[in-house]
Amino acid sequence: MSNLVTLTIDGRPVSVPGDYTVLRAAEVAGIKIPRLCFLEGIHEASNCRVCVVKIEGQKGLKTSCSTQVQDGMIIKTNTKEVYDTVSFNLELLAGNHKFECWKCSRENSCEFLDLLRRYNVENDFSNAKLFDQKDILFNDTSGAMVIDSSKCVLCGRCVSACEKLSGLGILNFNKRGSKTFVGPALFHNLEDSGCIYCGKCIQACPTGALREDDQIKTFERALRDPNKVVVVQVAPAVRAALGEEFGYKIGTNVEGQLFASLKELGVNEIIDTNFTADLTIMEEGHEFINRLNHQGVLPMFTSCSPGWINYLEMYYPEYIPNLSSCKSPQQMAGALIKTYYAERLNKAAKDIVSVSIMPCVAKKAEAKRPEMGRDGLRDVDIVLTTRELARLIRHQGIPFRDLEPSKPFGALASYTGAASIFGASGGVMEAALRTVSEILEGHSTPIEFTEVRGSEEIKEATYTIHGNEIRVAVVQGGRAIKEFLEHMKTGTKTYHFVEFMGCVGGCVNGGGQPIVPAEIQEKVDVRAKRAKVLYAIDEATEFRKSHLNPAIQEIYESFLDKPNSHLAHTLLHTKYTKRSPYSGS
Amino acid sequence: MIVSGKQLITEEKLAHLYASMEENKKKPGPLMPTLHEAQKIFGCVPLSIQKIISRELDQSIAKINGVVTFYSQFSIEPKGENIINVCLGTACYVRGSQGILDAFSDELKIAPGETTADGIFTLQATRCIGACGLAPVITVNQTVHGNCSVQNAKEILKNFKKTL
Repeated sequence: MSNLVTLTIDGRPVSVPGDYTVLRAAEVAGIKIPRLCFLEGIHEASNCRVCVVKIEGQKGLKTSCSTQVQDGMIIKTNTKEVYDTVSFNLELLAGNHKFECWKCSRENSCEFLDLLRRYNVENDFSNAKLFDQKDILFNDTSGAMVIDSSKCVLCGRCVSACEKLSGLGILNFNKRGSKTFVGPALFHNLEDSGCIYCGKCIQACPTGALREDDQIKTFERALRDPNKVVVVQVAPAVRAALGEEFGYKIGTNVEGQLFASLKELGVNEIIDTNFTADLTIMEEGHEFINRLNHQGVLPMFTSCSPGWINYLEMYYPEYIPNLSSCKSPQQMAGALIKTYYAERLNKAAKDIVSVSIMPCVAKKAEAKRPEMGRDGLRDVDIVLTTRELARLIRHQGIPFRDLEPSKPFGALASYTGAASIFGASGGVMEAALRTVSEILEGHSTPIEFTEVRGSEEIKEATYTIHGNEIRVAVVQGGRAIKEFLEHMKTGTKTYHFVEFMGCVGGCVNGGGQPIVPAEIQEKVDVRAKRAKVLYAIDEATEFRKSHLNPAIQEIYESFLDKPNSHLAHTLLHTKYTKRSPYSGS
Repeated sequence: MIVSGKQLITEEKLAHLYASMEENKKKPGPLMPTLHEAQKIFGCVPLSIQKIISRELDQSIAKINGVVTFYSQFSIEPKGENIINVCLGTACYVRGSQGILDAFSDELKIAPGETTADGIFTLQATRCIGACGLAPVITVNQTVHGNCSVQNAKEILKNFKKTL
């Protein structure tokens, strides 16, 4: 901590550490300087010129996000000059923005719109249709993510977020001057650009230039079709964040209202992806024990995060044999819905619409993989992100906050605590260890493996199970994945079991989760608060180990036979393919 | 890719590129010198070359392409063997360089930014090249011709064609 310096902002004296920026000092003083492109720790390039202030004795206006405080500085944030400049800068930005707010994915969370409102900005430039003269990049061919540069204000947040959070640098500025647009190189489609669909760029975008491929309408159409049965599955992390869209504090569990709102929407059957998370542990756990006992390929890598699968297939295909062959819980649920569950409902698989609510953008692409279906039918037909579900609930006028909490109404809905923590980094590993240790030791073993929890990007732990030392690691986020795998190639450390997640924080911080404004992101540890919800659910459940779930025992008895059985392999396991970015012309 | 009867990317040229990257890797900021070298070797920096540079320098393709499309010295499409630049900076423009550009366009039967079908000439309009005292200015490859007019521009082209 450097020494305190004292400065005056709008006549208020304030003392802050010497390494603070003016923007941060103003926040301490309770003065709200407008800001658009600044994203702490990720994008601090002062591109947007919206946070300018007047510093006495200095020429012109200075960007407060990149100016360091000095002792005795006298700063004014509300002079006519500052106000007019900020208004005009916003007006210029608006001139390149296509306004269709009513259908925009950011209808309720647009940082740009908030600023335009605050400054009551005139819209002469965009009314003059200047943006029509610009080449627009509109790319929705991936079926997972959409880039629409007509809404881009070129703040550069997504470019930095992609580089710093995924470590991939898929997005960048192309061309220059008035022709500049953000996207993959040379108008290449996103699916050919090496993008893993982690969605960190979407969460960084202050407008709607980057978004998930919207499937709300398809879902509504299915709900209106009297010949279809709509079966919805909900991922563990959704309930930990959906509330934020309806004004709840970050870290509120809204499981009951979530199920109630689905009922209101007219969904026929609800199942819980938590159930197939338990199933994943059964399959993956037994696969691990098999590899351990029969000299299989180790370390075994988890396979629940589709962002991570994309990453491995494209950048480290040599490690494909290490991947568990288990499908992700979403796809396991999809396969069961179209087979086992269809039979129970006495319906043909073609009359069932299988929908999943996911905290993730990559899940959309996963559901579209050719191998994820049978007889020409998809296992999962529609994937909605947490955000899309929230929009739909709002559009339908469902009073989310006033709903009486409900339970899921379906046979595949019971879950253990082990399943609920799937949504947090380290959760899959912990859930697997709970089951694997108990099966190997043959008696009841401890429940909590707290060493694999927490926010560190690479976590390691060693456990002694049944006399053997089991070395495990938990890796989260593209940057850490690269670091870890590069180490594995050259280092001497060996592991038995490694959990990987495409997103830092795991699914609670997935690319499909509600967007937290930049100002709040830097004050609140969003990941930890959402993860806490899942760990609280874990502690409150009756069974906390997947193999103890009575419904799981039942489905093996009546349908799947035993873990890794032939039928389980057909329905619940998959294969991976090497792919390479920029292979299209 | 074949440009005017010649293979754009050859083993020999690639070896040259790899060698220069090895050199450049020792410097801080190896991307710019590498791109300059690539532009010189191949006459352009197409995606296939960007991919190689991306792998070697461990920088994303989008970033490399961002740099390539930002600076007008680099091009994605192959350029002709000889490059004619007509300055459209303020001083040259007010002294009639637009007419000179049009004249070249007519003579070569290509629009500014394009390359002749035989791959011999590329015609470009540029920003100020810093020789305003000689306005209007054109360059043919590295040679600067000052005080041009539509008439002597045609002559410069005729004379240059004789040297080919």
